Amino acid sequence: MEYLKKYPKLFQWLFLLIVFFALCFAIEVPETYKFIRGQAEFVKDPNQSVYFFLGKEVRYYAFDVFWRLPPLLGWLPIWINDSLFFLMNEWMPMEFWNEDTQEFKTRPLLLQISRNLTAFMTFLIELIREILLGGLETIVAFTSWDFIDAYPWLELPGLPWTIVAAGAAILSYKLSGKGLALFAGLTMIYISIFGQWKPSMQTLSFILVAAPLSFIFGLGLGIAAYKSKRVEKALYPILLVMQTMPQYAVLVPALVLFGVGDHAAVIITMVVAVPPMILLTILGLRAIPPEVIEAGRMSGCTNWQLMLKVLIPTARRDILIGVNQVIMVCFSMAVISAFIGAKGLGFNLLLALNQLNIGLALEAGLCISLIAILLDKMSLAWANKQTDYFGNLTFFQRNKNTIFFAVSVLIGIILAYIGTFIFKGSFNYLFEVPHNKGISTADFWNKGVDWIFDTFFVYIKAFNTWLIVDVLQPMRALYLRMPAVATLVLAVGAGYLIGGVRSALVVAALTLFIALSPWWDRALVTLYMATFGVVVSCLIGFTVGTLCFQNKKSAAFMLGICDIFQTFPSFVYLIPVMMLFGITDTSVLIAVIVYATIPATRYTIEGLRSVPVGLHEAATMSGVNKFQRLTKIEFPLAFPHMMLGINQTIVFALFMVIIGAFIGTEDLGQYILKALSDKNGAGIGLTLGICVAFIGLIFDNLIRTWVEKRKKHLGIA
Amino acid sequence: MSETVIKCESVYKIFGQNAKKMLEEANGNVDAKTFQEKGCIVGVNNASFEVAKGEMLVVMGLSGSGKSTLLRCISRLTDATGGKIFIEGQDLLGLNNKELIELRRSKMGMVFQSFALLPHKTVVENIAFPLQIKGTNTEDSINRAMEMVKLVGLDGRENYFPRELSGGQQQRVGIARSLAVEPDIWFLDEPFSALDPLIRKEMQDEFLRLQEKLQKTIMFITHDFDEALKLADRIAIMKDGIIEQLDTPANIVLNPATEYVRKFTEEVPREKVLIIEDVMDASSKDNLGDLKVSKDEIIENVAEKILTQEKLVGVVDSNNNIVGSIKPSKIIDTVFGGRKNGS
Repeated sequence: MEYLKKYPKLFQWLFLLIVFFALCFAIEVPETYKFIRGQAEFVKDPNQSVYFFLGKEVRYYAFDVFWRLPPLLGWLPIWINDSLFFLMNEWMPMEFWNEDTQEFKTRPLLLQISRNLTAFMTFLIELIREILLGGLETIVAFTSWDFIDAYPWLELPGLPWTIVAAGAAILSYKLSGKGLALFAGLTMIYISIFGQWKPSMQTLSFILVAAPLSFIFGLGLGIAAYKSKRVEKALYPILLVMQTMPQYAVLVPALVLFGVGDHAAVIITMVVAVPPMILLTILGLRAIPPEVIEAGRMSGCTNWQLMLKVLIPTARRDILIGVNQVIMVCFSMAVISAFIGAKGLGFNLLLALNQLNIGLALEAGLCISLIAILLDKMSLAWANKQTDYFGNLTFFQRNKNTIFFAVSVLIGIILAYIGTFIFKGSFNYLFEVPHNKGISTADFWNKGVDWIFDTFFVYIKAFNTWLIVDVLQPMRALYLRMPAVATLVLAVGAGYLIGGVRSALVVAALTLFIALSPWWDRALVTLYMATFGVVVSCLIGFTVGTLCFQNKKSAAFMLGICDIFQTFPSFVYLIPVMMLFGITDTSVLIAVIVYATIPATRYTIEGLRSVPVGLHEAATMSGVNKFQRLTKIEFPLAFPHMMLGINQTIVFALFMVIIGAFIGTEDLGQYILKALSDKNGAGIGLTLGICVAFIGLIFDNLIRTWVEKRKKHLGIA
Repeated sequence: MSETVIKCESVYKIFGQNAKKMLEEANGNVDAKTFQEKGCIVGVNNASFEVAKGEMLVVMGLSGSGKSTLLRCISRLTDATGGKIFIEGQDLLGLNNKELIELRRSKMGMVFQSFALLPHKTVVENIAFPLQIKGTNTEDSINRAMEMVKLVGLDGRENYFPRELSGGQQQRVGIARSLAVEPDIWFLDEPFSALDPLIRKEMQDEFLRLQEKLQKTIMFITHDFDEALKLADRIAIMKDGIIEQLDTPANIVLNPATEYVRKFTEEVPREKVLIIEDVMDASSKDNLGDLKVSKDEIIENVAEKILTQEKLVGVVDSNNNIVGSIKPSKIIDTVFGGRKNGS
């Protein structure tokens, strides 16, 4: 009884667990239960139950409601599909003047809008692509094919790679200094020499279109949300879902709305890249000291002047950090968009992976990673750069970077011209190294992979078998053995114990959505893979983080490593694991673990760092040793922050599990991948994406609520 | 009496939903406690006062007393919940947005506790900011800003960024910025509170020098009673949104209106606040010694001279007419004994 009074929470949790397990044991597995269940697909089977809702037919295998809930939301994906189809093809037909055929044509409004939008995007992408690589589409867009035949010299020549490399180096120098300039130059030279120039520039042009547009929309919406509580409230849930939605789930609806290609990818990239920009804009504007705003008002600013001359410049750093986020999201989308036909590095990577040409994939992957690091460092340097006073500088000092760039353009052109003599009759390597005509180390890597397989095959296989048979299969079986009701009780109970009725309701709604969708079993499989990844990642992350924290230098070093690894698009992680473990669940899980360990490590170090120095000194003066200080002072205080790390770890793990579908898993991701090639996949892809987002949000809600309470309790909120 | 610049008539500021309605229902009888129970916080409670041209009113109170809120009502950074505020006869609460901006651009300047400089602008650009907002062309505004830089003694640092300046220097920029448009009314919200004691004293002296020269109408907020005594023509002491007493420094020290005010005045060194006139006896022409002191002299400055005398000391006004006398023992009384019998 005394214990009960002392630790009431503990007993509540125990009680919840007892109820959960009692339910698990009380509810038998139905004999008819098979893992593969009827989906909202059109497989007809007389054993299936059927219901109609909103005119949509949903077929499913019925079970005891305690075991699995019926897919009452099964109509949703079909309905979304049909609605989209209706909107695109039948809604509001209108007459539009067709320039080419010189006649009016009847087209649904939305289709026309979508076509115009894609045409505009295509134009923008082509324009930038042709500045970088050369071409004639842009000129043709303004004139005609006949015109270009008459004046062939009008074709954009494209920039020699030497000029782009010099430009990148000079920009890096201006933003940060010699170190970054050197890195930028070397990266560009590497890209060129290894024959990845063309895809890299294609990817770059993609980012140069998507990032500025996302920035403008994000900033605008962010300002609107800052100004109006109502806008913020409306945006908030969308932002939450978008933050936890796997990037590639949004590709599917894009396919339906905008078709295949770069333009569709750019538009959908904006959908993904705008939310972080909005959040950081709001954050930055909120962080402005109220007195600065008052000073602006007292200076007699109108609302516009206040926004443009006081608020935005003062929040400059946060807004630029938002730009950094936008660029990174755009880049990672540029890679993933290869699935819907965007050109560039991602396309090559996908191709290489499909051919199991690990060497080529590795080269493309390295290229992607280098560009990612470069873009990240450059945009961060821009954010952290403070304006300098330049009124007292000479003309040369003020414009030296422009002058250097002009000179390098000149030298680049001269070099390219000389190149035409040196490489007569073959490719002009001083102008552009064509794709796959540079140095390639692919053979070397392929041989290396073969050698690894030949030498270590036995061990890798043994490890693989052990992991799958002894760990993964039983774990998966356990997860699938959970009756739906037991899972619901556990989730809702946890919500209630952590955050009271409000949390319980939120968690219940999110869980019910997944349980009533046709993919509950798949969600459980996703969850099991994510759980495994998260547990291992957290163990590694906490250990590594704690060890590195013991020394200031190693902590800074580790954070630097985390920074670099975090910039890589998640897709890149699949290359080395496929190289070592082939196409198995183990590969996916190892990729998950590597990827999800980053936030776990980072938050551990940051959490431990945030413990106030005063407490350290107080502890040392009370004579604790290092270990006691760690367990009694640092861990308890750092734990809330570390929990936020776990939150991030879960999101990262989920993303990776979903992308792992590319290697071949049987979770929600697999269905998203399937939806990509399905004519009716839009609704399915979107619903699946929401399901994944909701899994993330359930944990997000629980962890955040707990952390907030804990921080308040510790007085460090 | 010179002309009134700021005039407040029972100004209320109440935070929270339905504040306006609750205020109407309270019928001028606002009790902070009952409001708090209903979820409203009373910031300013029935403030009425006037500030004359060229006068410096110091509003003194501890944190949460509503002094900053009162200032923000008068600069209309927040809208008062009830009451009337007149700036040079103009009804402040009746102004529309455009008129308000015009008023601020031409008549008001404000200095902030945390300086509130724009981090992306240099010193001279910060100072020129209100002028440029107003639409003055770049050259004129920079010239004017340079004058202000000289006025606050920052020459040579005009191209520094705020992050490169010390706290005292940053506040000089803040002061220069608030004066750039030559406002008639000058609001200062705890301008020296974030500074070190030594710098604070230096800035106070500097501030007095400026005011001597400029003769602005000033509302100065502080939580430091000594600062209030040093600077003020009149002091308003606030507690829980209510102005407990509004009077000259000497009167506040001599006749504290409430227990709360008395607590503040207890520790105040009277010889630094009171002038001879406050403690002199009625004129008696006999027995006067050779020493004469002016009635406007602060006691501290003449105490030593008076204490060395054995006879009565004559008190003279500015025309050298004897208006009273003072016994040396009276000085001792004031400095040491006055606190018990309340002078």
